[in-house]
Amino acid sequence: MERKRRKSLVMEKRKEVLTSLESLGARIYEQMDKGFFPSIEMPSRSTENIYYDPNVRQFILGGKKVRRSARNIRHLRPFTQLVWTAFFSHELTMHRKTSTLRDVYYSAQAYEMSFKDQQESNNIITDLETVLGLSREDFNIFPEERSAVFGDLTIEYTVPGYEGKRLNLTSHPDGVMIGPALTSAEFVKTTADKVIAIEKGGLFTRFIEESVHKKFNAILVLTAGQAPRATRHFIRRLNRELKLPVYIFTDGDPWGMHIAMVIISGSANAAHLRELTTPDAKWSGVWATDIVNYKLPTDPLDDVDVKRLYELQRDPRYKDPLWQREIKTFLKIKRKAEQEAFSRYGLTYIVDEYLPAKLEETS
Amino acid sequence: MARVTFEEISAADFFYRNRDIAGFTNPSRAIFAAIRELVENSLDAAESLKIPPDIYVRLSYEGAVGTGTQVYRLRVEDNGIGVPPRHIPSAFGQILFGSKYKLKQQRGTFGLGGKMAILYGQITTHKPACVISSTGMSKIYKYKLMIDIQRNRPLILDRKIMINKTRWRGTIVEFSLEGDYFRAMPKILEYFKQTAMVNPYANLTFVDPKGRLYKFTRVTTEMPDPPKETLPHPYGVDVELLQRLINATPYRNMLEFLRYHFHRVGDKTAQKFLEFSNIRPSKNPKRLSHEEIVRLMHMLKKFKEFLPPDASCLSPLGENLLRAGIVKELKPEFVAVHQRRPATYAGHPFIVEVAIAYGGEIPKKEGFVIYRFANRIPLLYDEASDVSVRVINSMNWRRYKVAPDMPIAILVHICSTKVPYKTVGKEFIADRPEVRREIANGLREVARRLRRFLTRREHVYREKKRLGIFSKYLPKIAQFSTQLAGKEKAPDVKKLLRSVRRFGTEET
Ligand SMILES: Nc1ncnc2c1ncn2[C@@H]1O[C@H](COP(=O)(O)OP(=O)(O)O)[C@@H](O)[C@H]1O
Ligand SMILES: [Mg+2]
Repeated sequence: MERKRRKSLVMEKRKEVLTSLESLGARIYEQMDKGFFPSIEMPSRSTENIYYDPNVRQFILGGKKVRRSARNIRHLRPFTQLVWTAFFSHELTMHRKTSTLRDVYYSAQAYEMSFKDQQESNNIITDLETVLGLSREDFNIFPEERSAVFGDLTIEYTVPGYEGKRLNLTSHPDGVMIGPALTSAEFVKTTADKVIAIEKGGLFTRFIEESVHKKFNAILVLTAGQAPRATRHFIRRLNRELKLPVYIFTDGDPWGMHIAMVIISGSANAAHLRELTTPDAKWSGVWATDIVNYKLPTDPLDDVDVKRLYELQRDPRYKDPLWQREIKTFLKIKRKAEQEAFSRYGLTYIVDEYLPAKLEETS
Repeated sequence: MARVTFEEISAADFFYRNRDIAGFTNPSRAIFAAIRELVENSLDAAESLKIPPDIYVRLSYEGAVGTGTQVYRLRVEDNGIGVPPRHIPSAFGQILFGSKYKLKQQRGTFGLGGKMAILYGQITTHKPACVISSTGMSKIYKYKLMIDIQRNRPLILDRKIMINKTRWRGTIVEFSLEGDYFRAMPKILEYFKQTAMVNPYANLTFVDPKGRLYKFTRVTTEMPDPPKETLPHPYGVDVELLQRLINATPYRNMLEFLRYHFHRVGDKTAQKFLEFSNIRPSKNPKRLSHEEIVRLMHMLKKFKEFLPPDASCLSPLGENLLRAGIVKELKPEFVAVHQRRPATYAGHPFIVEVAIAYGGEIPKKEGFVIYRFANRIPLLYDEASDVSVRVINSMNWRRYKVAPDMPIAILVHICSTKVPYKTVGKEFIADRPEVRREIANGLREVARRLRRFLTRREHVYREKKRLGIFSKYLPKIAQFSTQLAGKEKAPDVKKLLRSVRRFGTEET
């Protein structure tokens, strides 16, 4: 019963995507048919128009709009690229095909719509996201980088050819890749009661070997550095749909901290998008205070680390006392530590001692 | 006196010993100089009658001498005025004999060039020269002659007189000489090309030793007015010239001497000048001492009230002919020509003509292609030292939208009764302020016109590019939005494209 409802949600999403792409096309078509140069309006993504909204706990775009007009010679090329990208995404969604950012870049050449470089094509895709208020994964465009998930969660595919097929995410010891098929899959059932997100592959593998998923009743997610959007959305779904609390473990340095923060509160780059954040997720470590308390082996902070810490200190997402305390501690001890540092106490210490303590501390 | 030392050897002997003065420095330069001297004589001979010149030059191979150097036979035919029979031996066999000592613009001046070529041929091959000429009357004269170097006299070996049935008029000069055509070839071909450029009314044909034919065909029969003879201007005289005039004058007083022997000096001016310089009007010029002659020369230069020389003794090419010549030889996309008003330096009148050409067959290279001419003779050596090149290099070409890699040719022609050559080699022009100013002003004028052309071209190009962008992308927007909206027929973009054309330029 529950499953049926969710399934139709996925179908609805797809219909919504197709409709908004088609109505974008119709809007342009009508303007041209009436003899006007077509134009599109969208929220501005310039830094002056990006605000942190404490209510939704993420960055959002302000009221400033920009207008792209085919009348303007400088807009003409990006405008055409935008229309092409919309057309291409419509084809993808229609035929339930997916495409990577790189594919999009190459596909354009077949339509004599060549992009100067990958960056240009990525920008146009972001434009389309902004125009439609949808994220690229919604219209089946995915980035290259893939992260993974492992744990007792049964999913049911909705992608063509696999519809109705089920998979338990413990079936592969390396974890299951979080790709388009998994992102669009329905959650069927789980025995887990929490999600643990881990920055690094080495530790993710260790956790599986040490049966952390069983010992702690957890679904393990590998972010592989900065979490891709699909992974952020996936974590959000685990949190929202299955009501599972999320704990994030990263290296003990400003970069690790920020990986956690982007999962929690999103990034300025995605201010035009929703549903990528998990505001209730917790950063469980490695904290600066952990470095002190656990006497971890460390490296000194270098100049970029320190500069980054000062930036984060002023960032509205970091105004919480816990974050401020950790930033200050980093600056005070002037040291950082990797997750692997726990190996000094033996290979299982992190699982046997550190993890339970931190889960306790942050729940 | 300098003359005394010269009298010990003949003029022919002197030039024989100093042949590099006339440009016969080595086998490669010699063959170039020989062709050039004979072609210029032929051009002069046709132009003095205002007949469009038809000149045929053939260089054929006669035998090897050493490495690189060979014996060639040179033959130059023209349709010029011809040489009166009694002058033929001296005109081609006596150094410093010529018809061009008068004061007017022409190519030759010293009665030297053609004979240096013949002399060079004689000393390198020991063969006589052959000259055939007719003034268009009933007979044609054919001479075989050599130059008696010690005595500077023609040695006539053979003479034939033929009936001129066709009333042919012209001159044929043929002789053998040593040279290195292989090395001289680029300069020789360049010489023909540039000569064709400033003589667009001439037909030039050259057959080289390999039998290759180079033909430069006239594009007009219009010719510049021939120069008029003129008297020397007081600012331009030197002691030597004064001395010669005094020897020759029939006048017995200074007033008449000045009035009748100098350009721009009338009765009133002569009186004023004599007063200014404290010379008695009735003084007999033949009685002037050497010191007085020197003083006279200085006073002539100091007196401010002589009118500048007029330019009727000059024969510039004129803007139309110059343009025709450049279009013919370079086929440029754009050309601007400009003739300056006559000017003077040190009493010598001169006129500067300049041109700038863009595109077409002008090669793209670092820097400009520069063509320099003096009295319609191409100057092919020592470019870097020439005043024109200095002026060109000192100009700020960016002001004229000129980029260093553009295919641009610049032409500077200076004509004068006395071209201010820097050296006896006559290959480049000295940096005289008066000349420099004229060249600079002329170049600025044509450069401004080039800028206008480049600006317009850029504008047209930008407009075309702009329209190209619209016509590339609008149909695509139409196509994709049609497919996206699920429509059948794409909206018509023609109207939109028309409107971009009409209000063309509000966006940049
Ligand atoms: N092709 C020719 N046609 C008519 N006259 C000629 C020709 N070549 C030479 N002459 C006559 O011979 C003279 C001597 O020629 P040249 O030795 O070259 O000296 P220059 O040209 O300096 O006077 C010229 O002044 C001219 O009168
Ligand atoms: Mg001559």
